[in-house]
Amino acid sequence: MDFNLTKEQQMLTEMLQRFGAKEYSFENRRKILQSTDGLSREVWSTLAQMGLLSLQVPEEHGGMGAAGIETMLTMQAMGRALVLEPYLESAILATVLIRDLGSSAQKKALLPALAAGELIAIPAHVERGSRYDLARVHTSAVRRGDGYVLNGGKTLVVHAGAADLLVVSARTDGKIDDEAGISLFAIERSAKGISLESYPTLDGRRAADVTFREVQVPSEALLGPLGGAYPALVQAWDLGIAALSAEAVGALETIFQLTVEYTKTRKQFDVPISRFQALQHRMVDMLIHVEQAKSMAYLAAMRSSEGDPVARGRAISAAKVRIGQACRSVGQEAVQLHGGMGVTEELSVSHYFKRLTAIELSFGDTEHHLEKFARSRDPALS
Amino acid sequence: MNLNFTAVEQAFRDEVRAFVNSNLPDATRAKVLNGVRIPKEELSGWHQILHRHGWGAPNWPREFGGTGWGPIEQFIFEEECAAAGAPALLPFGLKMVGPVIIAFGNARQKERFLPRIASAQDWWCQGYSEPGAGSDLASLKTSAIRSGDHYLVNGQKTWITLAQHADWIFCLVRSDPAAKQQSGISFLLIDMKSPGVTVRPIATMGGHHEVNEVWFEAVRVPVENRVGEENKGWTYAKFLLGLERTNIAAVGTAKRELLRLKRIASLERKHGKPLIQDPYFAARVALVEIELMALEITNLRVLSAESERRAPGTEASLLKIRGSELQQAISELMMQALGPGALSLQQGTIPSEGAREQLVPPYPQPLAATYCNLRKTSIYAGSNEIQKNIIAHAILGR
Repeated sequence: MDFNLTKEQQMLTEMLQRFGAKEYSFENRRKILQSTDGLSREVWSTLAQMGLLSLQVPEEHGGMGAAGIETMLTMQAMGRALVLEPYLESAILATVLIRDLGSSAQKKALLPALAAGELIAIPAHVERGSRYDLARVHTSAVRRGDGYVLNGGKTLVVHAGAADLLVVSARTDGKIDDEAGISLFAIERSAKGISLESYPTLDGRRAADVTFREVQVPSEALLGPLGGAYPALVQAWDLGIAALSAEAVGALETIFQLTVEYTKTRKQFDVPISRFQALQHRMVDMLIHVEQAKSMAYLAAMRSSEGDPVARGRAISAAKVRIGQACRSVGQEAVQLHGGMGVTEELSVSHYFKRLTAIELSFGDTEHHLEKFARSRDPALS
Repeated sequence: MNLNFTAVEQAFRDEVRAFVNSNLPDATRAKVLNGVRIPKEELSGWHQILHRHGWGAPNWPREFGGTGWGPIEQFIFEEECAAAGAPALLPFGLKMVGPVIIAFGNARQKERFLPRIASAQDWWCQGYSEPGAGSDLASLKTSAIRSGDHYLVNGQKTWITLAQHADWIFCLVRSDPAAKQQSGISFLLIDMKSPGVTVRPIATMGGHHEVNEVWFEAVRVPVENRVGEENKGWTYAKFLLGLERTNIAAVGTAKRELLRLKRIASLERKHGKPLIQDPYFAARVALVEIELMALEITNLRVLSAESERRAPGTEASLLKIRGSELQQAISELMMQALGPGALSLQQGTIPSEGAREQLVPPYPQPLAATYCNLRKTSIYAGSNEIQKNIIAHAILGR
């Protein structure tokens, strides 16, 4: 039992703090938010230079081969700074899928480029109507000649417009809900037959519905075993939820601090509103949410790489439930305690509120994971 | 950072588990696992078993007869004891007056009182609250007037847990009526056999005799029974307040009771199927379980900070709030698991050896009575609202 950071981890934390204070100050973020693409290539290069894009990349491919704690610390910083760039999607999810499923040729071609920030890869998995069921894949890939032909559609593909590569799930066998028969393909976004309909999302990011119409890919595009991508997909998603949990903690801590500071300076009835007990107890409830969420982000980080999918899934679902509750509750209370200012675009509190709301709805909402956890078997109950 | 217990910690856990399993009397275990109150003799008996093994004071330094365990070891010890169905040791001596005597008592007091606490020879109770001094404890009125080498104590204390068994009571008394509230209070150790001490039971809704009024009428207390300086008692009381972190959240007990809840919900039926399979009920159990998972890690984070002697903050308050709420939530679900069956206060028999738990009603201790009893947890030891004031003060200032 040890909650201390190593010297290297402390240095990482300091570096991340500098990044949040300088490159990703709230003013700089606002410029990125208002730009056409909604992300900054410069920032992406900076993330690469900081070594953050190579955390999931094994050393043999020019990466850091880092563990869950480094990822957690990085994602906490992303949450504090409300980073808009697709770090989770590219540097974690897509990178991990390529690392775990790719052939040595694929890894050699893609991982160093991902680590260097020369390549942005985004998973395209969720479909309209699939909600949070990972196995519900309708998009099809049919063998034709030397390769495959994809037809179907994906939704809410984050920053698809900025992606060089899409990691696309498609059914090569089985019925719509079958876990078997799902394959992954690494496809250039510019491939013929791919079209994008882009839109902003609640948290200021860009996303797109991606349509695949007779998209022909060579057999080298297949990532991992034919029809056997599901377990790796689940594992990557669990890792993603652990990372998202850490991001939530960063945002939760910040929005809580903003609220405390605001109530200490805002005066009504000639006193700071922090003097009012009705408000004080609400802030204590917020603090308890933040601390409990933080504990669960630790748990998720520690268990996210565990091999046993049942034990791992229980911890991940529990974390997502607890953190989802905190996101909803702390976000709402922060806005409420800021009064009218809380709903303005001017103050950062509303931006944190929206990201926290988005986190709760992503990768399985609280209800989804509560149901999953409740259905799983308690190993202590013999 | 590593959330796994080290090999040394794991070996310690195994050692505790083995000892408790082979030394805890079956009759005691059966009572605890069935939520039945433990008679004084059995509780003292278990404490004496631990004492003979050198574990009579798990939270004290070695030089005072303690184990010298760190916070994480204490946590593991309490968790294993709770899981095995061992009764929680009485906190009033070990966790309250003991540490105060260790920190502020004189050599004679240490020699006289500490060994008898560690060996369970003396049963202590806590005399803080008064009818007019609950959350506003510093407004207490019980007076102690100095008269030569004695104090003359007059007044009434209330909500005194298990005073009916107590040999000693530690009291906050007003020794300087002219001083401002907090500064005129002293910390006295009073022999319950002193003439003028009367214990009157308070009947509570769960039907247990647990709390009492204790009256003092011209009770003579030797000055040598005052801990620390005269009129500095409030400082010692505050010291005590933030002290308990290893088990204030009662994580081990909550884990045991959660398991019991799941077993009960597996046997109870709804629409002819096990209640635990009902999605709505299962979700409510899951929410409690997840909160408990988080609280356990929060508790360990606090203890880990404590073992590195980082300054204690308001963590004790946070742990107390969530821990008490969880205890209540679990007992509420246990009661609800029975549905209308919970209305019956019929008492079953305590199972014999071998069958440690009675999993079908009538339970030896009706679950609704426990639900009533546990309303106290968010009220005692500083109500949860007072705990929130403490945290608010720390994060917001005054």
